[in-house]
Amino acid sequence: MDLFKWFNKSTSSKDIAKERLKLVLIHDRANVSPQFLEMIKGELIKVISDYMEIDEEGLEIKLTRTKREIDDSTVPALVANIPIKRMKDKGNI
Amino acid sequence: MIGEVIVVTSGKGGVGKTTTTANIGTGLTLKGKSVVLVDADIGLRNLDVVMGLENRIVYDLVDVVEGVCRLRQALIKDKRYPNLFLLPAAQTKDKNAVNPEQMQKLATDLSEEFDYVILDCPAGIEQGFKNAIAGANKAIVVTTPEVSAVRDADRIIGLLEASGLRNPMLIINRIKMEMVKRGDMMNIDDMIDILAIDLLGVIPDDDLIVVSTNRGEPVIATEQSLAGQAYRNVVRRLMGEDIPFMNLESDDGFFKKMAKLFGLNKKKQ
Ligand SMILES: Nc1ncnc2c1ncn2[C@@H]1O[C@H](COP(=O)(O)OP(=O)(O)OP(=O)(O)O)[C@@H](O)[C@H]1O
Ligand SMILES: [Mg+2]
Repeated sequence: MDLFKWFNKSTSSKDIAKERLKLVLIHDRANVSPQFLEMIKGELIKVISDYMEIDEEGLEIKLTRTKREIDDSTVPALVANIPIKRMKDKGNI
Repeated sequence: MIGEVIVVTSGKGGVGKTTTTANIGTGLTLKGKSVVLVDADIGLRNLDVVMGLENRIVYDLVDVVEGVCRLRQALIKDKRYPNLFLLPAAQTKDKNAVNPEQMQKLATDLSEEFDYVILDCPAGIEQGFKNAIAGANKAIVVTTPEVSAVRDADRIIGLLEASGLRNPMLIINRIKMEMVKRGDMMNIDDMIDILAIDLLGVIPDDDLIVVSTNRGEPVIATEQSLAGQAYRNVVRRLMGEDIPFMNLESDDGFFKKMAKLFGLNKKKQ
């Protein structure tokens, strides 16, 4: 998500609407603030960095909904997208 | 017989709950089902005028709940259709005149006599909403392609699921094809992506809805109306038919036109 795109006049207004909605819904859905998500993000980076080199810039974490497999009902889900650059040498762990 | 009890909700006001209730109900009865429409918007009744039945009201929902009359006495038969009834809301009382337990009993009683009980929910998340969803076993969430309406729909979906109404179905109303094409209105994929619930239908913004509301005749009965066609599809999906939203591959003129107008076949253009 690129916040600066918002100020670019060529971005269509529906894309702006969609991005704004996504942000506001993070807050609405689980009563979780963007700051809280940033905190989780920081912790995740700390833990994962022990095992692999990750693209911190590209790391994305969001609250969304998903269908639960057992009964097909919709539940909130925390989704993290963590691009890996390189695995660290396992011998060092 | 135990009929389905479907509540039509939205969160935000004015997005098309009453219009949707009237059209789905009329559509189901045109398909041979017995239907009762319940106006749960106590204090702000509208379903009666949208259905063109406002002159026939004697008793209302609150009268039934308070035992002033029997349930049958309060039901208004729509004479234009074989099996369609309306239970009007009270106009001079407020939402606290009934409670969820009473509404649940009412819905159960009605579901024993009709194939479909469709509840028109008031806007908001207060008592009126809680009353309307109390007796329902299915929910339809109506939204328009606007930030505030989608946000409120998301909140309603959360509340519905929290109260045990799993898997609500989405109706996107008042979509304007020219605006979607220009990139100035969220398209169907955008909204499904955000709300993550099953899509029941997409209703275009259509002047004929205003015309039909003026007359008190739901647009679903108007053959040439695009919104009417969209509602006819919704009804068939509700009845379990697998109706494609837009058949992009087919040569069918109508669907092609719809798809193009909705901006769904970008890849092909
Ligand atoms: N697809 C549409 N095209 C054009 N006009 C529409 C469409 N859907 C609804 N409208 C108009 O929008 C207005 C609001 O619709 P409606 O009364 O059904 O909304 P509502 O959600 O029931 O409102 P409330 O929250 O006040 O109960 C009406 O004037 C109706 O005619
Ligand atoms: Mg209404």
